[in-house]
Amino acid sequence: MLYFPRWKIILIILTCLAGIAFAAPNLLTKEQLQKIPDWLPHKQVHLGLDLQGGSHLLLKVSTEEIVRETLESVRDDARSRLRKAKIGYTGLNVQKNIVRVRVRKAEDLDAAYAVLRKIIQPLAGSVFTGAGGADLEVSKDASGAITLKPTTPAITERINSAMAAAMETIRRRVDEMGTTEPTIQRQGADRILVQVPGLDDPQQLKDLIGKTAKLSFHSVHPSITASEALSTTRPPGYDIYPSKDGYAREYLLNKRAVVSGEDLVDSQPGFDQRTNEPIVSFRFNTKGSRRFGKWTQNNVGRPFAIVLDKEVISAPVVREAILGGTGQISGSFTVEGANNLAILLRSGALPATITIVEERTVGASLGSDSVNAGAMASIIGLVAVIGFMIVAYGTFGLFSTVALAINLSLIIGSLSVLQATLTLPGIAGIVLTIGMAVDANVLIYERIREELRAGKSSINAIETGYSRALGTILDANITTFIAAFILFIMGSGPVRGFSVTLSIGIIMSVFTAFVVTRLMISWWLGGKRRNAVELPI
Amino acid sequence: MAFRGFDFLPHGTKYPFISFRKMSFILSGLALLASIGLFAANGLNYGIDFRGGTLIEIQTPGTEPADIGALRKKLGGLGLGDVQIQQFGTPRDVLIRIEEQKGGEEAQQAVVGKIRGALGDGVTYRRTEVVGPTVSAELITSGTEAVILAILAVLVYIWFRFEWQFSLGAVAALVHDIVLTIGIFSFLQLEFNLSIIAALLTIVGYSLNDTVVVYDRIRENLRKFKKLPLEQLLDLSINETLSRTILTSVTTLLALGSLFVFGTEVIRGFTFAMIWGVVVGTYSSIFIGAPILLYFGVKRDWSGIGGSKYKDPSMGKST
Repeated sequence: MLYFPRWKIILIILTCLAGIAFAAPNLLTKEQLQKIPDWLPHKQVHLGLDLQGGSHLLLKVSTEEIVRETLESVRDDARSRLRKAKIGYTGLNVQKNIVRVRVRKAEDLDAAYAVLRKIIQPLAGSVFTGAGGADLEVSKDASGAITLKPTTPAITERINSAMAAAMETIRRRVDEMGTTEPTIQRQGADRILVQVPGLDDPQQLKDLIGKTAKLSFHSVHPSITASEALSTTRPPGYDIYPSKDGYAREYLLNKRAVVSGEDLVDSQPGFDQRTNEPIVSFRFNTKGSRRFGKWTQNNVGRPFAIVLDKEVISAPVVREAILGGTGQISGSFTVEGANNLAILLRSGALPATITIVEERTVGASLGSDSVNAGAMASIIGLVAVIGFMIVAYGTFGLFSTVALAINLSLIIGSLSVLQATLTLPGIAGIVLTIGMAVDANVLIYERIREELRAGKSSINAIETGYSRALGTILDANITTFIAAFILFIMGSGPVRGFSVTLSIGIIMSVFTAFVVTRLMISWWLGGKRRNAVELPI
Repeated sequence: MAFRGFDFLPHGTKYPFISFRKMSFILSGLALLASIGLFAANGLNYGIDFRGGTLIEIQTPGTEPADIGALRKKLGGLGLGDVQIQQFGTPRDVLIRIEEQKGGEEAQQAVVGKIRGALGDGVTYRRTEVVGPTVSAELITSGTEAVILAILAVLVYIWFRFEWQFSLGAVAALVHDIVLTIGIFSFLQLEFNLSIIAALLTIVGYSLNDTVVVYDRIRENLRKFKKLPLEQLLDLSINETLSRTILTSVTTLLALGSLFVFGTEVIRGFTFAMIWGVVVGTYSSIFIGAPILLYFGVKRDWSGIGGSKYKDPSMGKST
């Protein structure tokens, strides 16, 4: 146990030095870091939002909505194909997760079935899943009904691409705020986690990411008002839309949009030159400007409505044909409102409604208080433990505290290299490690004392002390590690940060307490006459 | 260079721990019953992680202490349901808790805006947490699952490394520690949040750590003293590891105590749970985990057991 081959000694020393080298950048300021040579380690521990301050938002994307939209597009496709094929049908509708339709004449069933099967598209598939299969199952039954059911992989693919699109849109919106290093990650099936360091008041962020921002331009029904439509019958193809300021006014609009937000290429906040009111100006792409130009040409003198997320934000009258492809929206905005709307339009619409299900914001002052208090607690805890170990075990206690210091730099070095996030509970994990790391040494030293009392020679006592304690140390640490590992899998956010530091701490403390102290004792013994040595414990 | 340490701990003690077992079982049994009773009657003071709702920590500027009464008046009129206002740490720090709003996630999100509107910019917003009904329900499930999973995992590990009797004993000690921790949280009505779940899992780790050290020694002695009555053997093992048990508890408590005193208010609940867990865990590994083995019929013949991967050092090589 006490003999180390040269390569082992070198390896141990290199490991310790690497720990110190990788932990060292944490002692420097950002400016000092930039001055040191490139080949030296630069990475500092990444502080969690609870320590550096910032905002954490957990968003839920409405997957039900994505599924419903998929079904609706299948329904629309079915309708147009059946019409084209001139097959009489009835009761075409979306039910839960299928689309159903019934043919009027029983003899049309096979023809309709054949037509509807053409909707089926192969899925793209991937390297991992191989050929993709079909996106739709079409089945018929004897009663004359045909069922179209999107397959599970098709739905998953739709949701995945919608999630990716949503994340992209959110990223653009967050980037517009000019904050530093936001992270946007997908979590589970339908969640997106947005973390913005340094953000004290996430209200604007919430305003920005909570909006779907589907913009469209609609024609207003030329003769019937919304209230008339409510009391009599609604003309086909038209629907009632509330205006933005509550339900005080309603508009009867053509459901088919003239142009939609997808055709926008730019939008900027600004001020109306005459009234000085905040406005949002926008520009269409070629397709959009051609359509909008043509429509305004034919509808001079009539009102149209600008609809954002199914609410009318403005309903101006067309004064003249708008051919240049640019326009502006004035809708009694505040400056901030106009700014936000411009950002939303620029970044594009979200594929589905997003709700914020969790918010955690920590002010920078609390963050730095936590860091300072944590550092203070660690140092005092460390000093207390060091003092205690030295009193209890003399020189050997000193060895274990050197090991403890190496242990701490290995933990901090690993956190820096792995870029694991250090959270407040993570600091608690480190403090706890300080207390528990010496446990292995206590086990060993107590064992050595026992062996000495049993009459063994010093060297012998050390040998057996280490070898016998090893099993216990491993068992004791593996059980703690299991708990930490489960916490890592099941936990989230700060709690997860705790499990990371605890796990790293366990691994490093076994190494330093068992290997490093042994090497030090072996050196210490090296200078002495082996048989007469008296142990300081 | 060498200087001696003070061997201030008792060695070669012969405390008859096992003979206290009736007393300790009754004591622990009562404490367990009390914990379960308290939990059933009082429940836990769940934080917003598990109950949903809003938590805002504010700090008043300068040196003026916060006027809780005025705050209560200001926020009471907002129609947000149950609003708790409490001093937190220094006299300038105030914690505001608002119950979960009816009306889903959006109503939940509106709360922060209303509070900020009422309090204005005169105070510093140190921390804002809003947990909606979806997330809080998930956190309850995943938290409970984590604790149960951890217990099962170590049950299997100890079964694998020792014998099933030890596995049951360790889990008994573990459940004892967890239940008592939940009990004290119910009794003191301390806030029970996500970090307490983390503390519970760490207690799982610590409590086992302690129990396993004692068990390891028991196993060793079972091999060494094949004829010694089990009760004496258990006593011997506990006494032999006693100095280590005390030393490690002390160093861990020193570190945790420092965190409790110097750490921020946010982490205090967690630290309290840990300190309690270390004390209870130390007690249970001596007074519950070891004596309970008497009743499980521990196998006495350990010669040639494959379960031991480490050489039995008592017959080991001479060095």
